[in-house]
Amino acid sequence: MNLKSFLSSRWAVAAGFAVAAVLLLVVAPALLSSFRLGLLGKYLCYAMVAVGIGLAWGRGGMLVLGQGVFFGLGAYIMAMHLKLADAPPSTGVPDFMALISSDGVPAWWEPFRSGAVTLIAIVVVPAAVAVLLGLATFRRRVRGAYFAILSQALAAAFAILLIGNPRSTGGSTGLNNFKGFFGFSLRDPANRMTLYVIAVVALLAMVAVARQLMVSRYGELLVACRDAEERVRFLGYDPAAIKTFAYAVAAVMAGVAGALFVPIVGIVSPNDVGIVPSIGLLIGVAIGGRTTLLGPVLGAIAVAWAQTSLSERFPSGWTYAQGLLFMLVVAFLPGGLASLRPIVRGWRERQRPSRTADSAGVPSLSGSSR
Amino acid sequence: MEILLSQLFNGLSGGSILLLAALGLALTFGQMGVINMAHGEFIMAGAYTAFVVQNLLGDAGSSLLVSLPAAFVVGGLLGLALEALLLRRMYHRPLDTLLVTFGVSLVLQQLARDVFGTAGVDVAAPGWLSGPVQVFGVAFPKTRLFILALAIVAVVVLSALLAFTPLGRRIRATVQNRSLAESSGISTRRTDRITFFVGSGLAGVAGVALTLMGSISSNLGTNYIVDAFLVVVVGGVGQIKGAVIAAFVLGVAQSWIEYSTTASIAKVVVLVLIVAFLQARPQGIFVVRTRSLV
Amino acid sequence: MNVDYLELTDLTVSFDGFVAVDRVNMSVLPGDLRFLIGPNGAGKTTLIDAVSGLVPATGTARWAGENLVGRKVHRIARLGVGRTFQTATVFEELTVAQNLDIAAGARRGLLTLARRRTSLPEVVVKAMDTIGLTDLADALAGTLSHGQKQWLEIGMVLVQDARLIMLDEPVAGMSAEEKDETGRLLQRIAADLTVVVVEHDMDFMRAFATSVTVLHAGKVLAEGSVAQVQADPRVQEVYLGPGEHSKAVAEAVLGEGA
Repeated sequence: MNLKSFLSSRWAVAAGFAVAAVLLLVVAPALLSSFRLGLLGKYLCYAMVAVGIGLAWGRGGMLVLGQGVFFGLGAYIMAMHLKLADAPPSTGVPDFMALISSDGVPAWWEPFRSGAVTLIAIVVVPAAVAVLLGLATFRRRVRGAYFAILSQALAAAFAILLIGNPRSTGGSTGLNNFKGFFGFSLRDPANRMTLYVIAVVALLAMVAVARQLMVSRYGELLVACRDAEERVRFLGYDPAAIKTFAYAVAAVMAGVAGALFVPIVGIVSPNDVGIVPSIGLLIGVAIGGRTTLLGPVLGAIAVAWAQTSLSERFPSGWTYAQGLLFMLVVAFLPGGLASLRPIVRGWRERQRPSRTADSAGVPSLSGSSR
Repeated sequence: MEILLSQLFNGLSGGSILLLAALGLALTFGQMGVINMAHGEFIMAGAYTAFVVQNLLGDAGSSLLVSLPAAFVVGGLLGLALEALLLRRMYHRPLDTLLVTFGVSLVLQQLARDVFGTAGVDVAAPGWLSGPVQVFGVAFPKTRLFILALAIVAVVVLSALLAFTPLGRRIRATVQNRSLAESSGISTRRTDRITFFVGSGLAGVAGVALTLMGSISSNLGTNYIVDAFLVVVVGGVGQIKGAVIAAFVLGVAQSWIEYSTTASIAKVVVLVLIVAFLQARPQGIFVVRTRSLV
Repeated sequence: MNVDYLELTDLTVSFDGFVAVDRVNMSVLPGDLRFLIGPNGAGKTTLIDAVSGLVPATGTARWAGENLVGRKVHRIARLGVGRTFQTATVFEELTVAQNLDIAAGARRGLLTLARRRTSLPEVVVKAMDTIGLTDLADALAGTLSHGQKQWLEIGMVLVQDARLIMLDEPVAGMSAEEKDETGRLLQRIAADLTVVVVEHDMDFMRAFATSVTVLHAGKVLAEGSVAQVQADPRVQEVYLGPGEHSKAVAEAVLGEGA
């Protein structure tokens, strides 16, 4: 078995997941303070969104500018449940609502008293919104740019809707000050550690799902849709269904990420769901390499980490850095850092001339066809 | 009746602001397929230009008239720089231009915050625009009428430019068939640059108009950019008349739905209506027919 | 009884009042290698666009007992209608084998789609042999030459189990050898299937066509064997009329001494 086929074998993949699990579940908790570990948990939530963006944008060619909406749906659904669970049993009204008015809980909050409904809604609601918007645009073959603009407009409208209804959504401050999580106190460090573990497991599971989708025949079909959608249609497939599926998977990933974000970070507000955070989620994906499996994950974590550490020291510096990253990476390195890999490999192989023979991997242009 | 009239006026006024913001986009998005998110910041730059001009001249009446051409040039030069430095190499990747120009927009906003501060600044309206005009017992603010007039003038001038000048012919030829235009001896590079200058300049003019509506701050552009793009989407790419109709329809719809619900719900309803409209006309109100169907 | 024939009855396509295809009646039987020729703007490509569902049309296009007019593109494809485009569109970032595998799989179930491809389907292997690209199975389609891309496209139409195949200028831009190769490939295919070829290359048409339909201004001008069409005075007029075509082209269509 040569090196290349070993690296793509099942064993290598399993080993890769094992190494990632050890790093995140053993090494990171041992080295990081509980505050830093909480931050890492937050970055992992962004990484989950990034996995979905990599699938929909990198493989499917859909520029998803409104992932903040799905992230926000998951987050607000979870936050509503936590607020209702925290509410004093005598009234059943969450603290911030009781402060603003005496009208009680809006009817559409009520279903989220149930934990089961909440967990189901976190998956179903983002998926349903994505399927609706996806089918509406992809079926009618609305241009890719229009889809990007519509998904962005959705993010803007969602944020405005949240801000415009402070009594039921907490307005621009959002929902915060959660005390428990399904009966467990959020003040207890052991429970916070458990939450972190859940986030790690969720992220690894999403990476596994994305990997399976990418290497499957569906994954090939998605790439085919990205590069020549009309051609796929002429082969008898329905590209709208293919693209909508990837979009919905990305939406569910963002929704779950939002739902975990709430107990880990302790607050969700319109600042996490509008246009700017929605596009902000893309830069990590772009840097890591939009078409790769792990590029988006690593890119998202790196960008979130850089944002925290830079904006602690230079508040306005981060905005400049983010802007420059968008300009430079997308314009000059559209494949992200992952696209540098073949260059590095080529350089390394030139150092070791004996191995160049079987590693070219690029098919010859003038291959005989008869 | 008075409510009807004043709602209609609010809608037309809102539509005229949308139109000013979207007119330049209709040109840059329509002609080159560039999704310029920094268009909003060009609007902001136009507004700050009006602020600077007023501080230099000190007189509100003359400064408005000086600001309009000055902001056109400022916006236009920003557009030229953007086109030359970044977008030139990206015409075959239209979706990526959105992300690149979003980066530009972040930088310009932060620049504005660092230069002009985070608090909003005010530009005084000239005396001849203060107060309302009474029509059928309804008060129409003169500033809003001025913006309406400005939007109409901008549309007329731009349409005339496209219809009757050699430049306009080159722009239309390039929109309809880029490679044919090129092989007929049109320098599409030069056409692109001029189009971008004009489109971005219009953003600057829109910015001056917005100073009449209230104080200006670094996030002025973000408030308008998405709605302006929706106008272009609904209107159909590469068509001025589409943008005009779409802007006024969206303006009136927003104001009417707002009247019976709230501003935030109106935004969502309008978006749903737009998606529904695209089911019937996926390419917007007007379509430029080309031979290539795939 | 074999009902695999294409029959167009009063097929009409108009764009904003401009009639691009005007009440065309035409039938093509299996085993036929039908060439569709005519001056620029005659409506050749629009005609096959209409049959494949890309542009709305009126009239009927009956294929295998079903009327195709008004159906969606991917539904028509599933009825066994395949086509290629003037500019070869293959999936450039997938390999030759992946391209063919996708083309072969429109009827796959969800479970198959969700799994990785372990071996190549029989039809794909066979098609690679037919189009002569077996050696390049793992090459990215984007790296193929122009002619090879056209063959790959034809292969994709073959494996999708199309029984009506419409090709839009398959030999445009090919070398003389590639053209011969393509012509023989088409003759092999046409033995079992119904094949319609839109073509400008008249030498190619004369060498390989079984029958020819001449379109002019959206209407059928003449139909028959190559010799019959060449002898038709109306065809001569269209190709010799002022401003339509050069003498060289006319000679190519009508034979020497036209």
